[in-house]
Amino acid sequence: MAKNKKTEAELPKSGPLFDYAPAPESPAAAGGIATSYGHFIGGEFVDSSGSEALKTVNPATEQVLAEFAQGTEEDVERAVKAARKAFGDWSALPGSERAKYLYRIARIIQERSRELAVLESIDNGKPIKETRDFDLPMVAAWFFYYAGWADKLDYAGFGPNPRPVGVAAQVIPWNFPLMMLAWKIAPALATGNTVVLKPAETTPLTALRFAEICRQAGLPEGVVNIITGDGRTGAALTAHPDVNKVAFTGSTNVGRSIARQLAGSRKKLSLELGGKAANIVFDDAPIDQAVEGIVNGIFFNQGHVCCAGSRLLVQESIQDELLEALKRRMATLRVGDPLDKNTDIGAINSAAQLARITELTAAGEAEGAERWAPACDLPSAGYWFRPTIFTGVSQAHRIAQEEIFGPVLSVLTFRTPDEAVAKANNTPFGLSAGVWTEKGSRILWMADKLKAGVVWANTFNKFDPTSPFGGYKESGYGREGGRHGLEAYLDV
Amino acid sequence: MSDIATRLDVFKTYKLFVGGKFPRSESGRVYEVTTATSAAGAAGKGQWLANAPLGTRKDTRDAVLAARAAVKGWSGTTAYNRGQVLYRVAEMLQGRREQFAAEVAAAEGLGAKKSAALVEQAIDRWVWYAGWTDKVAQIAGAANPVAGPYFNLSVPEPTGVVGIVAPQTGYGHSFLGLVSVIAPAIATGNTVVVAAAEDAPLPALSLGEVLATSDVPGGVVNIISGRTADLAPTLASHQDVNALDLTGAIAADGAGAAAVLEAAAADTLKRVLRPAVDPSAQDWTTAPGVERLLSFLETKTVWHPMGQ
Repeated sequence: MAKNKKTEAELPKSGPLFDYAPAPESPAAAGGIATSYGHFIGGEFVDSSGSEALKTVNPATEQVLAEFAQGTEEDVERAVKAARKAFGDWSALPGSERAKYLYRIARIIQERSRELAVLESIDNGKPIKETRDFDLPMVAAWFFYYAGWADKLDYAGFGPNPRPVGVAAQVIPWNFPLMMLAWKIAPALATGNTVVLKPAETTPLTALRFAEICRQAGLPEGVVNIITGDGRTGAALTAHPDVNKVAFTGSTNVGRSIARQLAGSRKKLSLELGGKAANIVFDDAPIDQAVEGIVNGIFFNQGHVCCAGSRLLVQESIQDELLEALKRRMATLRVGDPLDKNTDIGAINSAAQLARITELTAAGEAEGAERWAPACDLPSAGYWFRPTIFTGVSQAHRIAQEEIFGPVLSVLTFRTPDEAVAKANNTPFGLSAGVWTEKGSRILWMADKLKAGVVWANTFNKFDPTSPFGGYKESGYGREGGRHGLEAYLDV
Repeated sequence: MSDIATRLDVFKTYKLFVGGKFPRSESGRVYEVTTATSAAGAAGKGQWLANAPLGTRKDTRDAVLAARAAVKGWSGTTAYNRGQVLYRVAEMLQGRREQFAAEVAAAEGLGAKKSAALVEQAIDRWVWYAGWTDKVAQIAGAANPVAGPYFNLSVPEPTGVVGIVAPQTGYGHSFLGLVSVIAPAIATGNTVVVAAAEDAPLPALSLGEVLATSDVPGGVVNIISGRTADLAPTLASHQDVNALDLTGAIAADGAGAAAVLEAAAADTLKRVLRPAVDPSAQDWTTAPGVERLLSFLETKTVWHPMGQ
C-alpha cells in the first residue's frame, strides 16, 4: 500500500498533456422537444387517463426537458387492448412483409441518427461520442438483423412454423434507452408479436421519438405501443392478464419481484438483470491494451452498464505496474458536458443514482478500502461522479459484492488461475467476465470455467446483434441477440 | 396341514439414493406404498407393496449437497464419455427389465404387456439421450458473424443442480416419465435431485440401484421418496439449486402448488420448467423432443479479437 501511495504522488495532478478546445454538438439537432408528452397507443399520441405527470431532466444541467404522463392502470389497459387488437393481423402478415417494416425502421433510424443521438445524450447524460458512435449504430443494426429473421423463422431451429407468443410487455432501463428498446422491439416484431413498451422514468424521450419513426415507417397501428411512467406503471403492465410475455431489463430486485408476480400465470418471462463482472488481468497481458480494456470495461457509459467490468482481478505480481498505468490513463479521462464531442464521461443519470453511488463508495471507505480518483473539475450543476478506483478491496466488502452501477472500480488480486476463477465466480451474479492474457490455452480454460453469459477475452464491452447476450445465476434468464434471442418471443 | 408357506418371500427394504449411497431417511420413518387402486379394483384399497423411506427436508438438503459436489466432475467430463455412461444405464436396465415391469405394473395398475412395453421404452429413452450428449452443443451453439474482427462463439453449458418434482400422473409416469425427466437433465452435464412420485416411488428407488451399478458417478442423480409437499418447497427455495423442473408439482398437492413453488423459486431466480397444463393427460410414450434438453442449459458467448 505504501508503495502505491508513492506512485500516486508521482502522477500528474491534472491529466491531459494538451488542452482541447470545446467541440460542442448543437442541442438543436435533437429536434423539437415538446413541453409535455402523453402515451403512444394504437398508432396515436394520446393523453393519459390520469392527471399525474412526471418530469424528465437533463442530468448534466438539471433543467427540466419535458413533462410526461404517469401511466395509469387504465392507460395500461388501453395499450394492451390496442396491442391485442393489432396482434391478429400483424402475426398473420407474411414474414417477408413484417421484415420490410423492420428494414424501413432501421433505415429511418440511420437517417435520423444524429437527431436521436443528441436527444439521447440530453435525456440520459451520456456523452455524444457514445450515443453517436455506439448506441445509434447498434440500434440500427439490431433492427436490420432481426428484420432478416422475420421470413426465415422456419429455419431458426425451433421446428417448422414457430408461432408468436402474443402481446409482449417490455420494461426497459435508463442506461441505454434506445438500444434497449431495439433489443426488445426488433425480435418481438420479427417473430410476429405486438408490444407495449415502457421506457424508464428518467429517459422516456427517445422512446417517444421512436413512436414517430413507427408512424413514418407506416407500421400498422397498435403493433408498437409506448406508455410512460415509473415502476407503478411497469408493475401494472407486467401484471396485466392479457399480456402473454414479459421481458424486463433492470435491477435484480425488480426482476425477482416480477418473477414472483408471474408465478403460476404461464406468461413467458425473460430477465436481464444485474452483474458484478470480473475483469481478470494476468501477468503476461499486454499492459496498455489491458488498461484500455479496464477503462472501457468500467467507465464506458459512466459505468451504467449491467455487464460493466466492475471488479478488477489483477495478478499480484503486476499489481503496482498495472495500477500506475491505470491511474495515468484515468487522469486523461474528460468528465463533463455530454454534448462535447471530447467528453469521455458524462453525467450520472439521476440524483437518485448519484446518491446510490455516493453511498456505496462511502461504504467502501468505511470498510477499509483505499479510494483514488484523478483530480478534475466537475460542472457546478448536474449529477457528476469522478472515475474512481478502490484498492485493497476484499471479497467481503460491499463494493466487491453489490452492483454500484457507476464509474467505480474495485481492485482485488489473485495469484493463480484457480484463484482467479474462484474469486471471479464468487458472486450471485453471472452476466459477464473479462480475461486478459497472451496465452491462448489459458483463455480457453478460463472461458470454460467462468460462470458468465458473456466472456470477453482480450477485449471488453463488445456487442453485436448476431451474438447472444444474457446471464447465468441471478443475472437473469434468457438470451437477447442472435438466433437464441428469437426463442423469448416464440411459442416453443 | 397349516397354510404356513414352506418358503417365505424376502422383502426388499427400499432406501433413498443420495451421493451414490443408499441411506435411510434421517427421519427414521417410512410410509406405506400400495398398488395403484385400479389394480385392486374400483372400490378396493391398494395392496401393500413396501415401506418407502419418508424423506425429509434434511434429506433433500443432503441430496443437494451431494449434487453440488458432483457438478464439477460430471459437467467436466467429455460429452463422449457422458454418452457412454448414459448408454451403460440402458444396458444395466435391460438386464433388470422384468423387475421394473413388475414394479410399473403395480405402481400404475397396468397389465404385464403394457408395463413391459413401458420399461422397454424407458430403456430406449436412455439410449436416445445417450446419443444427444455430444450433439446438443451442435444444435444449441453458434458461431456468430459479428460486424468486426472478433472470433465469437456461443456454447451451451449446464445450469448446475436441477431440482426435479418427478411426474405423478400420466400414462407411464412412474418409470418412463421419471427417466424422461432425469436423462435429459444429466445428458447435458447437470446433476439432479429428484423428488420421486409420492404414490409410486418404488421404480424410482430401484432406478437408484441401477444407477449405482452403472458408471454414473455418485451424486449425479439423487432420489428422495416422501411427501412431495415436504420435499418440493425445499428444492424450490434452496439457494444452491439452479433450476427447477415442476413437472409433477400440480398433481402432487393441488392446482396451486406449482404456482407457489414457482414463486419460491423466484427468490433465487431459478430457471423453472413449468408443468403441463393438464399433467394427467400426459402420455409419456410420445416422442420427447428437445425442450427438456435445452431447458437446463445456459448459453455462454466468448469474444476474442482477431488480428495478425
